[in-house]
Amino acid sequence: MTYETTSGNRGLLQAEPLIFEHGSIARTGVDLAAPKGASRLGALARKAPLPLPGLSEPEAVRHYVRLSQRNYAIDLGLFPLGSCTMKHNPRLNERAARMEGFSDLHPLQPISTTQGALALMHELSHWLLELTGLEAVALSPKAGAHGEFCGMLAIRAALAARGEINKRLRVLVPESAHGTNPATAVACGFIVDEVPATEQGRVDLVAFKAKLGDDVAAIMLTNPNTCGLFEPDVKEIADLIHAAGGYFYCDGANYNALVGRVRPGDLGVDAMHINLHKTFSTPHGGGGPGAGPVVFSKALAPFAPAPKIVTRDGAFELVERAGEGAVGRMCAFHGQMGMYVRALTYMLSHGSDGLRQVAEDAVLNANYLLARLKPHFNAPFGGGEGEHAPCMHEALLDDTRFKAQGVETIDFAKSLLDEGYHPMTTYFPLVVHGAMLIEPTETESKAELDRFADVMIALAKRALGNDSARMKTAPHLAPMRRLDETRAARQPKLRWKPTEAASIAAE
Amino acid sequence: MSKRYTKDHEWVRMEGDVAIVGISAYAAEQLGDVVYVELPGVNKEIARGADMAVVESAKAASDVYAPIAGSVVEVNEALNEMPQLVNEQAEKDGWFVKLRPTNNTDVLNLMSEAEYAEYVKGLG
Repeated sequence: MTYETTSGNRGLLQAEPLIFEHGSIARTGVDLAAPKGASRLGALARKAPLPLPGLSEPEAVRHYVRLSQRNYAIDLGLFPLGSCTMKHNPRLNERAARMEGFSDLHPLQPISTTQGALALMHELSHWLLELTGLEAVALSPKAGAHGEFCGMLAIRAALAARGEINKRLRVLVPESAHGTNPATAVACGFIVDEVPATEQGRVDLVAFKAKLGDDVAAIMLTNPNTCGLFEPDVKEIADLIHAAGGYFYCDGANYNALVGRVRPGDLGVDAMHINLHKTFSTPHGGGGPGAGPVVFSKALAPFAPAPKIVTRDGAFELVERAGEGAVGRMCAFHGQMGMYVRALTYMLSHGSDGLRQVAEDAVLNANYLLARLKPHFNAPFGGGEGEHAPCMHEALLDDTRFKAQGVETIDFAKSLLDEGYHPMTTYFPLVVHGAMLIEPTETESKAELDRFADVMIALAKRALGNDSARMKTAPHLAPMRRLDETRAARQPKLRWKPTEAASIAAE
Repeated sequence: MSKRYTKDHEWVRMEGDVAIVGISAYAAEQLGDVVYVELPGVNKEIARGADMAVVESAKAASDVYAPIAGSVVEVNEALNEMPQLVNEQAEKDGWFVKLRPTNNTDVLNLMSEAEYAEYVKGLG
C-alpha cells in the first residue's frame, strides 16, 4: 500500500532532510554581539562566511529528535545481534555514573583528590581478576579491538624479551574467528595462519597440531566460538601452544556465556579482553563509549601497559610508567571512567551468584530460541553435537531450507524490520553460508523471546508459501525501502556536496 | 588448454607460458554481488596456496589463493572500475591475475573441469 502525504511525513514519523539541505547561513541559534575594536587577523580574516548550515535552537533539536525516531535501540526492543551481547543497560548504572566525584573528574586532578575513583578502579580490577582467574589487568583499552591490540602487543613484548620476536611471527587463527583477530595480529606485525574447523564447527585439533612449531607466536581463539559452540579441546589447545613456546590470546567477546561459571585462567588463557559494554552491561555505540580491559596471565603480567593502580600506606597511587620492555600506554589517560563505574555497579548489584546466573540465563535463553526455531530453520552443526545438543549464548541458523524459493538470509533480515525488530547478525560467521546468528542475552523475558520466535516462524512459513515475493522486496513499513547495497558499495557517496556552491560563495 | 580448478574455487588457464587465474563461476555465485577486488602488485612472487587477492562482496570479504606458485605478470585493472565482471564473466573477462609459473607442470596437479564439477556437486 502506498499512501502519499502532502508533507512527506508518514503519520507521526517526520520526513527530515540532511542538515545541510534545510539550514540557512542567515540563521543562527546563538546571537553574539559583533566583536569590539579592529580585527587583528589581517590577511587571515575570513573573506566569506563558512558554508555551514545555520539552524535555530528548536530546528536543531527537532532535526536530531526526528532522526532519532528512525533509530532502533535496546531500550526499544529485543536486539538479537549475535556476538554483540545487546543486553539491557540497568538504570542503576546510570545513577552511579552521574554521582559527583565520578562524573566531574578531570584526569589531571591531583590523585589526593581522586582517591574514590582510584578505589573504584582498584575494586573493578579485583573483580575482573577474580572472575577470570588471571594475574594482572590493564583497564585502559577503549573497546574490544583495542583490547586485542593491547593483548597482542604484550605477547610481542614477551617474545622480544625472550629474544624470539624475529623468529616467532606466525599467529594461528581459527577460520571462524571474529575479523578483528587476524586484523589485530597483522597490525602487531604477525603473519596470520588459519586453522580449519571440523564438521562440528570446532577447531580442528589435528590441523592445529600440524601447524605448531618454533615459529608460532600465539593462537587467538574465541570461546565459545563464533558459531555459539563451546570449544571442548580448549585446555589441550592451551597446553599444546604453551609446550610449543607460544601464548594463548582469548577473544573475550563471548565471555557473557562463561562469566561466573568458568575462569579463563583455568583454561590456560594468557591474555583476554573483556568488553564491559557486552558482559557488564555498559551501553554500546551511541549510548556511550565501549571499554575493553585486558587481563593477563603470570607469564604476560610483566608486559602489561601503564597506568597501574597500587596501594601504599592505605592510599591509592597511579604507576604512570610501564616496566622495562613492557607495552607503554594504550591511551593518554586512564580509559573510560564512566564505564568503570557502570560495570562495577553491575557487578556489585548482581554479586558473584548473580553473575553466574547471568551466564546460565543467557545460555538458557539462546537454547530456548534454538529449540523453538530448529523445526523451521536449518541449524548448522545441529546446534551442537547430536540432535538435542545445546548451543551456548547464541543460536546459529542458516537459509538452506529456503533455497528453492530463492529466499535468503538478507530477506529474513529485511522482513524483521517490517516486524519491528533489528535483524540478527547476518552472513557471519563466514564458515556458514547464509548464516543468521541470534544472541538474545539473559535480559529478555520468555514472553519477549516467544514474540520474536513467533515472528521468525511466521517468516519461515511465508518463505515456503505463496507469499515469499513479499520478503524479497521487504522492508515495506520501515522509513526507507530496500537499499541498493551493491551500488552503495560500488559507487559510494561518502559526503554531501553543495548543489548551490555559487550562491554560497556570492554571499 | 582447458581450465584447471582448485578446491578453493580458483581456476587457471595456461596461455603460452602464462597462467591466467580467476575465481570460478560457482564461487562468484556464492559470494553474491562483488563490490571490490584487491589485486597484488606486478612482479610479486607468490607461493602456491598463499594469499593472492581479496574479493569483497556485499556479504563478505574472502581471500583468493594462488593455485600455483609464480610471479605476477599482469593484473586485471578493469576490475577496479567494474568489479561486476567477476559476477558476469567469472571465468573469462573477470580474471584476476596473470602469473608466470615457477614450474610449468604445476597446473596439471589441479582438478580438471569435470572433476571440479563433481566436487562442486558434492558441496550441495
